[in-house]
Amino acid sequence: MIQLIDIEKVYRTKTIETVALNRVNLQVERGEFVSIMGPSGCGKSTLLNIMGLLDEPTSGYVAIDGQPVKTHSDSKLAKLRNEKIGFVFQSYHLIHDLSVVDNVELPLLYRKVSGGERRKRALEALEKVGLSARTKHFPNQLSGGQRQRVAIARALAGNPEIILADEPTGNLDSVMGDEIMDILLRLNQEEGTTIVMVTHDENMALKTNRLIRFFDGQQVADSRVLEAQI
Amino acid sequence: MLRNYLKIAWAVLQRRKFFTFISLFGISFTLMVLMVVTSLYDHAFGPQMPERESDKLLFVNNMREQFKEGYTNSSPPSYYFLNRFVRPLKTPENVSINSVFTSVNSYVNNKKLTLDQKHTDAAFWDILDFNFIEGRPFSTQEVDNATRVAVINQNTRKNYFGDKEAVGQTIEVDQVKYKVVGVVEDVPVLRLHSYADVWVPITLKSQDFKRTGLKGTYFATIKAKQASDVPKIKEEFASMMLQVNKNSKPEGVQEVFSFADDIFGTFARSLMGGGKTDKSAMLYGIFAFAAFLFMLLPTINLVNINISRIMERSSEIGVRKAFGASSKTIIGQFVVENIFLTLLGGMLGFLISAAVLEMINDSGIIAYASLGLNLRVFAWGLLLCLVFGLVSGVYPAFKMSRLNAVEALKGGSK
Repeated sequence: MIQLIDIEKVYRTKTIETVALNRVNLQVERGEFVSIMGPSGCGKSTLLNIMGLLDEPTSGYVAIDGQPVKTHSDSKLAKLRNEKIGFVFQSYHLIHDLSVVDNVELPLLYRKVSGGERRKRALEALEKVGLSARTKHFPNQLSGGQRQRVAIARALAGNPEIILADEPTGNLDSVMGDEIMDILLRLNQEEGTTIVMVTHDENMALKTNRLIRFFDGQQVADSRVLEAQI
Repeated sequence: MLRNYLKIAWAVLQRRKFFTFISLFGISFTLMVLMVVTSLYDHAFGPQMPERESDKLLFVNNMREQFKEGYTNSSPPSYYFLNRFVRPLKTPENVSINSVFTSVNSYVNNKKLTLDQKHTDAAFWDILDFNFIEGRPFSTQEVDNATRVAVINQNTRKNYFGDKEAVGQTIEVDQVKYKVVGVVEDVPVLRLHSYADVWVPITLKSQDFKRTGLKGTYFATIKAKQASDVPKIKEEFASMMLQVNKNSKPEGVQEVFSFADDIFGTFARSLMGGGKTDKSAMLYGIFAFAAFLFMLLPTINLVNINISRIMERSSEIGVRKAFGASSKTIIGQFVVENIFLTLLGGMLGFLISAAVLEMINDSGIIAYASLGLNLRVFAWGLLLCLVFGLVSGVYPAFKMSRLNAVEALKGGSK
C-alpha cells in the first residue's frame, strides 16, 4: 500500500549536515497495524511525515498503491493526503477557534461534499470515538484524552485507507492512553484501517501486529521480518 | 467551506482584539478619509445640481495678462471681453455671463445678514439646472429692462420670511429693494460659478458694461449642444483668443491668456499656476498618487499585522495541509478572511464617513454643503475595500501557503 524506496533525508545548514533517514526501504501492507519505535531523534517522525506526503525525501521515493508520487504537484499531493491518509498527532493539533464537530469536518471541507453530508459523517466519526455528547464544545473545554479522540474522529471522517499516528498517546496518562489505543486497535481489527503509529511505549507497540525499530535513521528490526526468519 | 472560513475569521477577530482594533481602525480611518475626499470631489466637480450636465459645461473664469516686463497679472475677465468675444462664439448652444458673487449686507428685523449676491443674465437660468421651490427665474425682458427682481435661495427665504412663501414679497439687499420672483434650493459654495444667496439681473450693474479692459469681475458659463462639441468649443475659443491677442490686447501687454475649461479644468489650471495647457490630467495624476501613498502605509501596516497574525496560526496551516488543503486553497482561505476583515472595516468606514460628512454639513464650514455618500461614492468605496483586502491579504497568504507542512505543524517558520 505504501512503499518507501531507498529513502534518505538529510538536513543541511551552512555548518552541519544531519542524516535523519539513511536508505530506508519499507513496505506497509493494507490492513496492517505497524508500530515504529526508537530513541528520540532517530528519524521516526521524519519517516512518518514522508510516508504521509507532508515532507519530501532528499533521495529515494514514496509510492502509494504502486504509484510513485515524486512528480506529483502540490494539488495532487494534497488530494492524495485528503483521500487516502488521516493523521493523528501527539499534540492533537485541533483548531481552537472551531467547535469539535467543525474540527472533525475538516478533511471533508476539501472534497465536494454537501454541508449536510459533512455534518452527518463528522457526527458518525465522533460516535465511533464515543464523543457524541461533545460535538458543540471547543477543544479547550476538553481533556487531553477527549482532544485526542476528536483528533482520531477527524482522521476517520474522511474515511481514509491509512491512519498515520505520531505518538498518539504521548501526552496522555496510562488510562487515557489505553483508551486511545483501544480505539485504534478496534479501527484496525473491525474496519481494516491500515495504521502506522510512532510510539515510545513498548506496551502499546506490542499490541500491534508489526513492530519496526529505528536507530540513527536506519531500520534495525522488523518484527514481521523476524517472525518470517524464525 | 466559506462558512468555515468565515467562522474562523470571526473567531480570530474576537480572539485578537488589539490586532483587530488596529486593523479595523486602519482600514476604516483610511477609507473614511478617502470617502470624505471623494465626496468632496463629487460635490465640487461631479454632475450635481445646478451643474448636472457637467459634461456639456465650460467655464471662463480667468484672464491673465503677461506684460512685456515679464510679470503677469490675472483676475476674472471683464463683461466687455465676455460679451464682445465669448458670447458670439458659434459652436456653443448657449453662453451666460454672470458676475463673481459679492458679499453684501442686508438687515432683517434689525439683524444684520451677510448675503452673497450674483448678477446674471437670463441665459444663466436656461443653462443651469436649479431646483425651483417657488416661482420662476427672471426673464430676458426683466433683464433687458433692468427690473429689480431677485431669485433667492431657500436659506435666504428662511431668514427673511420664515416658513412663508417669498414670491411676490420684497427684500432689501444692500439698500436696494427687489421683488422676489423665485426661490431655489441652496447651492453649495463649492459651485463657485453658480453659487449665491441672491441672484439679480446683470443689467443692474450696467456701469461695468462700459469698461473696455479685458479684466473684470465676470464669469462666462458655456453650454455645448452635446458633450462631443466641447473640444470644438475649446478650439473656437482658442482661435478667438488668437484674434484678441492680435487685435485687442491692452497696451504694454505682451500676451493675454484665457481658457474655456470644464469645472475640474478651471480648478486644475488655477491650482497649478495657470499656463497654456490643460492641467486636469496632471492634477488627476497627483490626486491618484497621493491616494496611492495614503493607502500604501496602512496597506504595508496591514500586511505586517496579517503576517504576524497568520504566523500564529501556522499550526492550523499545517493541519489543513495535512488534511488535504493545497497551497492555493490556503491562499484562498486567507484572502477570504482578509476580504471579510476589510469589508467589515469598510462598513465601519462607511458609517464613520456618513457621520463625518453629516458633521461637515452641519458645521457650516462649507456653506450649503450637502455632502453625502451617493451610489457612485459608495461603489468607489466598495472597490477600494476590495483592493485593500486583496493587496493586504494576498502577500501574507502567499507567504504562509508556502510554509512547509511539517514546519508549520511545529509552529515555526520556514
